[in-house]
Amino acid sequence: MNSLIPLLVAAPLAGAVLLLLGGRALDRYGHWLATALAALPFGLGLALLSDMLGRDAEHRTLTKYLFTWIQVDGFRADMAFRLDQLSMTFVLLITGVGTLIHVYSVGYMAHDERRRRFFAYLNLFLAAMLLLVLADNYLLLYFGWEGVGLASYLLIGFWQHKPSAATAAKKAFIVNRVGDMGLSIAIMLMFAEFGSFAFGPVFAGAPGASEGKLTAIGLMLLLAACGKSAQVPLQSWLGDAMEGPTPVSALIHAATMVTAGVYLITRSSAIFDLAPDAQTAVVVVGTVTLLFGAIVGCAKDDIKKALAGSTMSQIGYMVLAAGLGPIGYVFAIMHLVTHGFFKAGLFLGAGSVMHGMDDEVNMRHYGGLRKYMPVTFATFGLGYLAIIGFPGLSGFFSKDKIIEAAFAKGGTEGWILGLCALVGAAVTAFYMTRVMLLTFFGEKRWKSDAEGNAPHPHESPKIMTLPMVLLAFGSVFAGGLFAYNESFLKWLEPVTGYSEGDSPLTATVVTALTTVCMLAGVGLAYLMYGRSPVPVVPPVGSPLTRAARRDLLQDDFNHAVLVRPGRALTATLVFFDSRGLDGFVNGLAAAIGGLSGRLRRIQNGFVRSYALSMFGGTLVLVATTLLMRSV
Amino acid sequence: MNPVNYLYLSALLFTIGASGVLIRRNAIVLFMCVELMLNASNLALVTFSRMHGTLDGQIIAFFTMVVAAAEVVVGLAIIVSIFRTRHSASVDDSNLMKL
Repeated sequence: MNSLIPLLVAAPLAGAVLLLLGGRALDRYGHWLATALAALPFGLGLALLSDMLGRDAEHRTLTKYLFTWIQVDGFRADMAFRLDQLSMTFVLLITGVGTLIHVYSVGYMAHDERRRRFFAYLNLFLAAMLLLVLADNYLLLYFGWEGVGLASYLLIGFWQHKPSAATAAKKAFIVNRVGDMGLSIAIMLMFAEFGSFAFGPVFAGAPGASEGKLTAIGLMLLLAACGKSAQVPLQSWLGDAMEGPTPVSALIHAATMVTAGVYLITRSSAIFDLAPDAQTAVVVVGTVTLLFGAIVGCAKDDIKKALAGSTMSQIGYMVLAAGLGPIGYVFAIMHLVTHGFFKAGLFLGAGSVMHGMDDEVNMRHYGGLRKYMPVTFATFGLGYLAIIGFPGLSGFFSKDKIIEAAFAKGGTEGWILGLCALVGAAVTAFYMTRVMLLTFFGEKRWKSDAEGNAPHPHESPKIMTLPMVLLAFGSVFAGGLFAYNESFLKWLEPVTGYSEGDSPLTATVVTALTTVCMLAGVGLAYLMYGRSPVPVVPPVGSPLTRAARRDLLQDDFNHAVLVRPGRALTATLVFFDSRGLDGFVNGLAAAIGGLSGRLRRIQNGFVRSYALSMFGGTLVLVATTLLMRSV
Repeated sequence: MNPVNYLYLSALLFTIGASGVLIRRNAIVLFMCVELMLNASNLALVTFSRMHGTLDGQIIAFFTMVVAAAEVVVGLAIIVSIFRTRHSASVDDSNLMKL
């Protein structure tokens, strides 16, 4: 069975290569080819899953060695894959949700001239992400990691004719570079400490390493995760990444890219479990981000940016859970999967709304769309209920478990984390209800533009609604399926480990508290946006609202702390370069040029003057010779 | 007769030739002055050969004559062709070799 594993990566990669090199000949059916090559690894994944389920929990890990990638003395990197329960979960999520997004894109990008290229990039994205989760060593993981960065750059900037999209792509790429630096340093530290960066030797050697070194590795891995997963302080690219086509946002937020950070932390559990300080840092980052993203999500009028804030916040939950250690790893991944379903559904729904509204993204210009787009309304609504944690739906089971795990951390720390997570749940309910009310309920607020073209909201074609319906099924049932009989816990426990923790509150109390918080958030949003007409021009708002509209001043902060000193440094260097170094070099050149100009006049073209200089030269030579002799 | 006198004669001829090259404009005269300088040095070489009782100087004088003969052939050809195109034998008229 293990010889099938490389095919998982090879299929979408072949799709990307074919579509990019195939030329116009593939324009007519290239998108279906890409979709098929995204669905193929999903089918393979299912086959491997049934095979895996047929074996004991201890014997489920498959490895496949392809060839030695780099070998220099003691340094050895293999092109080797590892498929265990954790990778399998990701493979199915990436390929399953990815395939649905491919199908949706066939409709969404139908009128785009460069559709073939778009699908090639989507396939490349899947291939890179699959390589990331299937790699058996950190260097190969890094390869996939960079591939994901490249594909996200290409897709966010897909509409490169818009300067904002081109800038957003560059921003995402550069911010990700900061995180990538963390990963590369972590790999170097691992190699220095363990003499290898393959998973086996690193995890086996971790208990023998000093805590300081493990903490350093853990912090660098956290930096890497912050970059890819858009966690504070490297979160600023995620909002701008909404410039890409909507299916790309769905792919980045649900199946690929932002989940990579959570995967990295969970995969490196052997290191984090032995470095409590690094774990604390992870927990702090997760908690700060979950509140940060939730607050940003409350203030945005752009439907995609509100959802982006929401993603940041939900990934914050996952990072928080992953930082809790064995109490939380399983629930981090469980929330990741359920989030994959409902966030993909929400984004595809947002894309469907934009499709029907002539690419309008401002929710203040929507209103009352439920009558015009019933299917979108139903699927978006189910995704909405799932993300706020409505009892019985996916988000309820996974988020509830994370809040429980936060309390189970124990002590004051546990209380702080638990309460923050509860507040986050309430705010999540608030902003998602706001999105729901502004978009689908109330008066219709769209107007005709200057030329009198009013949007005619209409339901999207079947090819777009079908993936949304399937994802809505996932949003409703996945959580219950995972929680039933603790099946997901039993599935992942052999890889990540699990411990009950020591919760001061019983599970029932936590569930009740979560539900109350959620209802409070929904109620508050209804009071603010449901009962009175929503103004088309946004009100001035409180200082917090204004700050949240500006992404809580993240760009201003980066600008003041990083960009401005950086520019000042550059300006100083340029000054020294142009005045100091260039001044010297240019002065020398000017001096030689001037001297040459004078010397040139000696060449006057008269034969007799040349003869005179020869004569003079001979005289000088003879005189010198005579003088030297007499001395 | 004292061989040093030949050296004086040689120096005198060389000086006349050199000043002729520097002062005169006519290419033919210039040429003759160059020949004068060559022959002055030949005279010096032969005198030294005589003074030292060796043949080296005389042999070099032969070489000089051969080279001078070849030079005359090429040089006169150039002068003739310049005269044909420019109708002038003044070396100051051929001043194109400047920037």
